[in-house]
Amino acid sequence: MKLTMNKKTKDNLITYGIVVVAFAVFQLLAVTGNLSSHMKGLLVPMTYYAVIAVALNLCVGILGELSIGHCGFMCIGAFTSAFFSKVTEESLPTAPRFILAFVIGIAFAALFGFLIGIPVLRLKGDYLAIVTLAFGEIIKNVINAFYIGVDSKGVHFSLKNAMELGMEPDGQLIVNGAMGITGTPHNSSFTVGIIVLLLALFVVQNLVNSRDGRAIMAVRDNYIAAEATGINVTRYKMMAFIISAAIAGAAGVLFSHNITTLTASSQYFGYNASIMILVYVVLGGIGNIRGSVIAACILYLLPELLRGFNTYRMLIYSIVLIVMMIYSWSPKVLEWRKRTLGNINFPWKKQRA
Amino acid sequence: MSSFLTYLISGLSLGSIYAIIALGYTMVYGIAKMLNFAHGDFIMVGCYIIFTVSGALSGNSIVGILVAIVLCTLLGITTEFVAYRPLRGAASPLAVLITAIGVSYFLENLALLIFGADIKSFTSVIKWEGLTFAGGDLRIQGVTIVTIAISVIVLIVLQLFIKKTRQGQAMLAVAEDKGAAALMGINVNKTIMLTFAIGSALAAIAGALLCSAYPSLSPYTGAMPGIKAFVAAVLGGIGSIPGAMIGGLVLGIVEILSKTYISSQLSDAIVFGILVVVLLVKPTGILGKKIQEKV
Repeated sequence: MKLTMNKKTKDNLITYGIVVVAFAVFQLLAVTGNLSSHMKGLLVPMTYYAVIAVALNLCVGILGELSIGHCGFMCIGAFTSAFFSKVTEESLPTAPRFILAFVIGIAFAALFGFLIGIPVLRLKGDYLAIVTLAFGEIIKNVINAFYIGVDSKGVHFSLKNAMELGMEPDGQLIVNGAMGITGTPHNSSFTVGIIVLLLALFVVQNLVNSRDGRAIMAVRDNYIAAEATGINVTRYKMMAFIISAAIAGAAGVLFSHNITTLTASSQYFGYNASIMILVYVVLGGIGNIRGSVIAACILYLLPELLRGFNTYRMLIYSIVLIVMMIYSWSPKVLEWRKRTLGNINFPWKKQRA
Repeated sequence: MSSFLTYLISGLSLGSIYAIIALGYTMVYGIAKMLNFAHGDFIMVGCYIIFTVSGALSGNSIVGILVAIVLCTLLGITTEFVAYRPLRGAASPLAVLITAIGVSYFLENLALLIFGADIKSFTSVIKWEGLTFAGGDLRIQGVTIVTIAISVIVLIVLQLFIKKTRQGQAMLAVAEDKGAAALMGINVNKTIMLTFAIGSALAAIAGALLCSAYPSLSPYTGAMPGIKAFVAAVLGGIGSIPGAMIGGLVLGIVEILSKTYISSQLSDAIVFGILVVVLLVKPTGILGKKIQEKV
């Protein structure tokens, strides 16, 4: 028993180690001037995509519920924290404000995780998936219709247009409908992103190896059997879903503090974006947290690095995606691989007892 | 009052288009048990084929539609054979879902490469002006009438096909239990291929109607109607053919009416909200069958 625990701890440490080494390598490249400004611009997005991939893997891999609306939680985290940062930009110093922005973004994402979890977790399988997609789209659409301004009299709110707010002349329009929030302070950096990623990994990996995590996985494997052994199915489903939403919210905070104009556009928060994260998770290995981080980083950088073949890059990407799925999942290909490659002993191949 | 009727009818028309797309979705889901995310992009491919062929034949859209139906059917069969069939029986149902996403990316980017990102204006394939009622107060466009009529015909033909023909019965059997169907001498692979062929042909028809009603064509034309039709299929009870029809009509009417009377920005949110509400009341959709789960 002790040995297996050690192995898990070792596994977790390897994951943190990979992240720290990658951080060191990229920092070293940046300091020595070997990183183009284009690449530098990709570092922060890489971290928040890794964070949300970890969040989604908690939902899809550990909890076993397919969500295709996780970018909605990212959207909530992004908008609530950007709103807070914008309002308090002058009254609070940077460090505590940014930390508070994280607290607020995560808290709101968790709250919405709870509210959305109540109806969503009653459903199963593909029905659950389509409802998460629906909620993701609802969040995006509703935020696109928000107009919020602040003046001496307090906060004004409208769903129609900026004129409806009826603000005093000294008022400041913060959320401008489809134009979103402009001028959020740029506080996200590669270092902050890596810290958030490490924290997210810490939370998820410790959850997985805890009593609660085992309960969650028992619910995933067979909820009727889990219920029969006295596990409160609803409670554990909800717990995993809320934590997953909260981490996605943290990714949103990183996102909003790295971009000048934050809009609830389909490109970043639509179902397509959520599906892209799902692709990271599936290719990284469902339930494999470390795999999610690595896949998110590689797959995020891949289309960017293929910019040389600009016109063909997404075409290549889609073919790679299809071929990889068939190579790693098709029953016939797996059998063929076992027949032809099974006899070769690769040094990196794990010996399973 | 007459304006309300006009909106209602245009909702019916949009709903009919969703219904035709949803029929393809629901058949494929019912039989192959997979979400074909690329279905919406088959619509886009159909539209581009009609656009190109009609353009080359100086506006002969009937030939264009026929070519589109044939080519989309071939595309559906090829996609099934190349991308989906190898993954049948894979350990995780997510594998084929991601592959479908890959196919969707592939078709969108191929169209982007061939036709460019600019929006093409699509000439309606229906030249009929339409009918006028109540002394000119109520005008129904030709495209609206044709769309509704075609969707009703498609529904009836499909129902007859499934209920009355051997192939249709084979589809039902495969949907029920693949293993047992194979033991009864049904060629499962062929049946699934036929399903994809029908679904893709329907996508081409839907594409012609969609682009006639909303005449702008880009590589992403099919994506949102595809998702909405998927929502319609789930709303009606996925796997059920009358369900897809009802789901499509409800979705189309709600979308147009909420766009008109509530807010054009929030209409999508309302459409998706309806789905959430229906699934909460009836978790398998309006006409879905309840399946008892056992340990």
